[in-house]
This record gives sequence, C-alpha cells and structure tokens, in this order.
Amino acid sequence: MSTFLWVIFPYICLATFVVGHVWRYRYDKFGWTTRSSQLYEDKLLRIGSPLFHFGILFVAVGHFMGLIVPQSWTERAGMSQELYHIVALLGGLPAGIACLVGLAILVYRRRTVGPVFRATTVNDKVMYAVLAVVIVLGMWNTIAGTLLNLGIAGDHYNYRDGVSPWFRQIFWFQPDASLMEGAPLGFQLHALLAFLLFAMWPFTRLVHVFSAPIGYFTRPYIVYRSRDERPGTATGTRAQKRGWERVP
Amino acid sequence: MRVMAQMAMVMNLDKCIGCHTCSVTCKQAWTNRQGTEYVWFNNVETRPGLGYPRGYEDQEVWKGGWEVTANGRLRLKAGGRLTKLLNIFSNPKMPSIQDYYEPWTYDYETLLNAPAQDTFPVARPTSLISGKHINIEWSANWDDDLGGSTEHAAKDPMLKGIEDKVKFEFEQTFMFYLPRICEHCLNPSCAASCPSGAIYKREEDGIVLVDQDRCRGWRMCVTGCPYKKVYFNHKTGKAEKCTFCYPRVEVGIPTVCAETCVGRLRYIGLMLYDADKVLEAAAVEDEHDLYEAQRSVFLDPRDPAVQREAERAGIPGDWIEAAKKSPVLKLITDYKVALPLHPEYRTMPMVWYIPPLSPVVDVIKDTGYDAEDKDNLFAAIDALRIPIEYLANLFTAGDTRPVEAVLRRLAAMRSYMRDINLGRDPQAHIAEAVGMEEEEMYEMFRLLAIAKYGDRYVIPTAHGEQAHALEELATDCPVSSFDEELLDSSGPFGEGSGRGAVTPVAVENLKMLQERAQSETLVSGGGKRGRVNLLNWDGRGMPEGLFPQRQKGVEPPSGGDSPQQPTDDRSVLEDGQARPDNVAGADGGQQR
Repeated sequence: MSTFLWVIFPYICLATFVVGHVWRYRYDKFGWTTRSSQLYEDKLLRIGSPLFHFGILFVAVGHFMGLIVPQSWTERAGMSQELYHIVALLGGLPAGIACLVGLAILVYRRRTVGPVFRATTVNDKVMYAVLAVVIVLGMWNTIAGTLLNLGIAGDHYNYRDGVSPWFRQIFWFQPDASLMEGAPLGFQLHALLAFLLFAMWPFTRLVHVFSAPIGYFTRPYIVYRSRDERPGTATGTRAQKRGWERVP
Repeated sequence: MRVMAQMAMVMNLDKCIGCHTCSVTCKQAWTNRQGTEYVWFNNVETRPGLGYPRGYEDQEVWKGGWEVTANGRLRLKAGGRLTKLLNIFSNPKMPSIQDYYEPWTYDYETLLNAPAQDTFPVARPTSLISGKHINIEWSANWDDDLGGSTEHAAKDPMLKGIEDKVKFEFEQTFMFYLPRICEHCLNPSCAASCPSGAIYKREEDGIVLVDQDRCRGWRMCVTGCPYKKVYFNHKTGKAEKCTFCYPRVEVGIPTVCAETCVGRLRYIGLMLYDADKVLEAAAVEDEHDLYEAQRSVFLDPRDPAVQREAERAGIPGDWIEAAKKSPVLKLITDYKVALPLHPEYRTMPMVWYIPPLSPVVDVIKDTGYDAEDKDNLFAAIDALRIPIEYLANLFTAGDTRPVEAVLRRLAAMRSYMRDINLGRDPQAHIAEAVGMEEEEMYEMFRLLAIAKYGDRYVIPTAHGEQAHALEELATDCPVSSFDEELLDSSGPFGEGSGRGAVTPVAVENLKMLQERAQSETLVSGGGKRGRVNLLNWDGRGMPEGLFPQRQKGVEPPSGGDSPQQPTDDRSVLEDGQARPDNVAGADGGQQR
C-alpha cells in the first residue's frame, strides 16, 4: 500500500500530467483558455482574482524553496532552521492567506452571481473542490506544524527531512516510500491530493497556467503573419489529413 | 520604402438610411452563435448618440488606442507590457455585458402551449446571459433615430466642448447614421495589447485577425481597441472580431455588409502604403496633423517607382493593377472626400468615411432657400458650426478645416450636377471653387452616385495557385469533408473545444456571385425582357412571359381536365399551350 501511495500513484499522476498536456495541446488548442467570466461580473473578480493568483504564485515560490532546495544548501548558506522557518512563515502565511481569501471570494462569486454559476461546468466544480482542499490542507500544515508546535514540545515535524527528499527522489526515480510513511497525516493528504490535482490538471481550465504570456515582453507589438502560415490552409480551413497530403 | 497592401473600405454617410441591413446580414453570417449573442461585428449608430458599447469613444474612461509620451514615442493608453501582465488576472478597463447590453430571447413556448385563459399569454423576454426574465433596458441600437434626444445624445462623448451650443440650438439639431466595422488599422492597438500574440495583421491584405488557437482569453485586446470592435466570446473564452469577411474577399467578392448594403454606400479596394512610415505618422505630436500624416503614408500605385517597389515586395501584378483601380484610393487620395474615423486614437484606421452633407442641406431646405445652390451651401457650411465641429470631432480629431473642405466639395458637386441634369450649361467655376477640374468632378459624381458593382468593389483574388483551396472546390475528395470529427460539434471541454470545432467556411464562389450581380440577364436563364409588369396587367388574357415556358410532355399539375377547359383567350390557344389552372377565371366555377 505504501509503495502504491508514495511511489506508483505519484508516477501515474505525473505521467498523466505530462502526456495529458501534450495530448490536450495537440487535440484542443481551441479549448485552451482561461474561460474568463469577467464579462458577467467585474467588481468581485477585481478583488478576488488578483488576490488568489498572486497568492498562489507566491505559494508556488515557497514550495520551490521548501521542496526543491535541500536543507543542506540553506544551512551551508548560513541559514539556521529557526531562521528558515521564520522566513517561510513570513512569506508563506500572507501568501497563503491571500490565496485562501481570494479563493473564498471567487467561489462565493461563482455561486452567487447567476451568469457565472451558469457557466460553471462539473469539471470546474470538481477541480475547485480538490484545489480548495489542497490549499486548506497546506495552510493547516503550515499553521499546525510551525505556529502551534513551535516552542511547545520542540518535536514538530520537519518536512525538509521527510517530504522534501522524497519529492526530489521522485525525479531521479528512486523514491523512498518510508520517508512519507513517517509524515503526519496532514502532509500525507496534502501530497496525495496535490498529485491528484496534477493528474487532473491537463483536463481542466488549469491549463491556462502554461499560457503565461512571457513572450509578450520580447515580441514586437504588431504581429504580421502570412496567409500561408495559417494552420490548415491546405484545403480550405481544414488541416491536411494523413495520407491526403498534396503534391507540392 | 516597404510597400504593403491593405484592403480598405470607404462609406458614404450621406447615403446611409440607417436600415441596419448590414448589421443583420453580418450577424446572420458570423455571430448568430452562443457566446456571441451580444456581438455585432457591424453595427449602425445614430449620431449624435452613445454608440455601442455605450460611450465607447471616451478614451479617458476606456483607455483604448495609443498615446504619445513626452519624448514623442507611442505608448498603449492602457499601459505597457508590464502593466498589462500585472493586470492580467482581472482587466481593469474591460466593458461589462451591461455596457454592451444583455442579450435576450423571448419565451415563445408560452405562446404556443398556454392553456385557454382569460388573458392573452405573452412571450416574456429572457436573458441569454442569466437565463432569468429581464426588463429590456438597452440594446445595440437602443437610441436608434433618437439623435436629438437629451437623454442619449447629450451624453455623446464627441459633444465635449460644444455641448453648450448644442443645447442652445437644440431646435436645429441634426442626425445621421454611422455604420461601423473593425477598422483593420495599420497600427492596431488590439494586436499590440494581446499578451499571447494571437492577433495578427495579414501580410498580404492587412486584414487583422484573431488566431483562435492561440488566443488564451486574456481580454486585453477588448480594452486595447478604442473602437471596441474586438469582442469576448463568453462561451468559448476567446476574442473574436470582424474578419473583413476574409473567405469572401479572398475569392474576390465583397464583405457581407457591403454586398447587402441597400444604399450601396460602401466601397472596397486596395491601398498601398509604406509600412516603414506608419509608426512615425502615428506618433506626430499634434492630433490635428494625424489625418494628413496618415495620408502621407499611402503610396500611389500609378507611380512607376511605387510599382517597382511593390513588385520587389512581392505584391503580385494583378494586385497592383487592382490598387490602381481602387475606388478607395480615388476617394481618399484623388478627391480627398474620405476621412478616417477618430484618427486621434493613433491606430491608423483603414475604414474611412465621407462625412454627410445632409445636416447642412436639411437646414437650408427648412429655411426655404435653394439647397442646391452653391453659394447657399457654402454659406451654410461656414455658418453651421455645430454639425461641422461635431463631424470634426469624429473624423479629424476636432480640426474643422478638412471637414469643411470635404463638405464644400460635396456641395459643389451637388450644385454642379444640378445644372447638367437640368440641361443647363455646366459651370466650370463651381468645380474650380473647390479646386477640381470639371471632368474630375463628374467622375467623382459617377463614383459616388451611380457606380456599378464592379466599380465599387475592386477586390483582387487571393493568389491563383491557392484558389483551389480557397474556394473549397468540389475537386477535393468528397469523403474528406465528412469525417466523423467534423460532425462532432463539441469536444470534452465545453462548446467548440476539440478538433470538431473547426468548421470549413464555405462561400458562394466568385464566379456565381459576380455573374448574378453584374449580368444583364437572369442567371436562372431567360432574359428580363420577356417578363410581365404585373402593375400594367389588366387581368385579361395572358401576356407572354407571365408563366415560364412549359416543357413538352409535362402534364399540368391538376390533371386531365385542362384540354377541355373552355377559354376565352385566343393568345393562349395560339401558343398551343394549356392554360394553367391557377389563373383566376372561369375554371373555378367549372370545378365546382
């Protein structure tokens, strides 16, 4: 069971994540969008959306710090465990709160504003549920693991000894399931659901994360394109089918 | 010099009767789908009025288009790249559905299925956005024909600076219609605003399009376009805009709006321009210079040097020929009667307008003076400051001189042609008074008043070697268009997702349409000559041509009694034809 949860399941999810995105991009470029509902409602979105998105971006940076950067590196840089926790808390807590508050506003908006609710699919609802649980669990881990235990018994769980090495091991294909067995339930659930979210990712509106328009900074303002470059000009607006390619 | 070709349009506002045929046919062709209920690629506004979306011209509110910075550079009014990305999670300046209008349908079901009751059942309007019953309070042309009303017209952003005078002379108010499509600008701010780079300008003909596969729904283009002609499809989550009917234009037929225009007021043709000069022209400091600056960007295809450069730039020979014959070129460059809409947005729009002389003519007519007399017209143009200033706010960033010059030319033409039409000697001095030759003035009259289809639309086809594909000719394998994924209209991620969303855009092909529009005879066969004018027919006998020739051996529809049918009409018998039974007459009694 432990092997399934902490070795097989993550790999299934990551494989789905990667293959799913490739498939979606090839199959459904037209459906690849943020599916904005700003046209329906503006005021709540104006507060909720930036709060949530900037919050979750900072949370992502925090996860990079905590999961990818090994403890030994920060220690070598002269950062003690206490200092690390204070930094993580000072950065993570506001980001997490902004993210949660933003999410609450957005979910409230989605439920109460008629047109927005009408435009919400089952797919969206499931995704929001998983996303919300993952975020709440993550917040709970931070609060319970750091704030509540800090200075009480001194035996709080150091995820940089357990979760982080296991996470890194996944990427060199030698995950040690025992590292996760010892983690508190909150961390275990958070990790499992996060992987579930990764598996759902390519099939939900979350794909818009990968459309972050970084190229906007470098491209010229006006884009010129030739008619011939339009995909599928081959026969009318259809793409050429395999086996039906024209003679050049 | 970098020569590029641009498909452009000119609309003659004097001829617009505000019938909305262009809007309706455009909507039928392009935006009668879910998600685009509120979208009008073409709309007709009554001016003075608010327009659609409401008050879109007030860029202090909507931040569309470009502005010039202190050091003379162009900047997007809604902010540069960094501002755009920081605001990407919620666009601060996007019009909401209420600024357009909430689209609705009627509950026809009730009308049909209501049980017997004391009161008549009614079809209540239902919002297509929320699905609830609504009170209709606004629409795309809610202020239609209310050009003078205080409620709507007074809020027109273009009245700023002259609002007091309009109120003062409210009894003498004026009204005209302004049909609008996407401007297909030379310096499109929608394309510049798109973070994904999905909006592009086509190199061949300058048409600005949204790549639906690249658009990610960031909505910055909606803000960026000062004309508010990029729309957000709330169903698919993608931006959509007027396509200048590119599938039609590629095969040489005009856009739907132009084709169906009742007043025949739209002209389509090519303009050649120097792409290297566009930015410089768009960045001139004084707004009043923008009209002239944009004209200086255009190149004259009759100039051999320009022709050589155009060829070097890869513009095909037939396109250069078409550019020479372009009616748009004549109206903009030769006669100088067309003006751009809102040059102050600095996007270098390419749908131009001939401002209406009608407000001026109407005033003279109402006072009882001769509205076709040159001196009366000229005096009125000088005296009627309000319509002129208003037109200048629309077409020349507030500079009244170009508007005056155009109106004087139109007035002179009116007066000059009257002499000709009344059989009097044409007066050369009228043409001279506005700096034109007599012949030129006559040519302008022909183009504005009686130009034929082929003169109004000079559209070179997209290139021959691609024509087969563009026209979707039947020489393709017939099976390839019926494969299952085209039949599957929606994919797993909502409407329009998946490859099934791509539907081939079929158009009537060039030859069919041109034949119908230009031929003297009827395409269905036969000539117009043999037809009967029913207004002159007294009901007796059966003139030749009332019914199509009956083919030999085909039985008349109602069976065998027709040979014995008594008839009082010899011409029928002489023709050796049976009398059709549906002609009112004696046979009704016989059948009874």
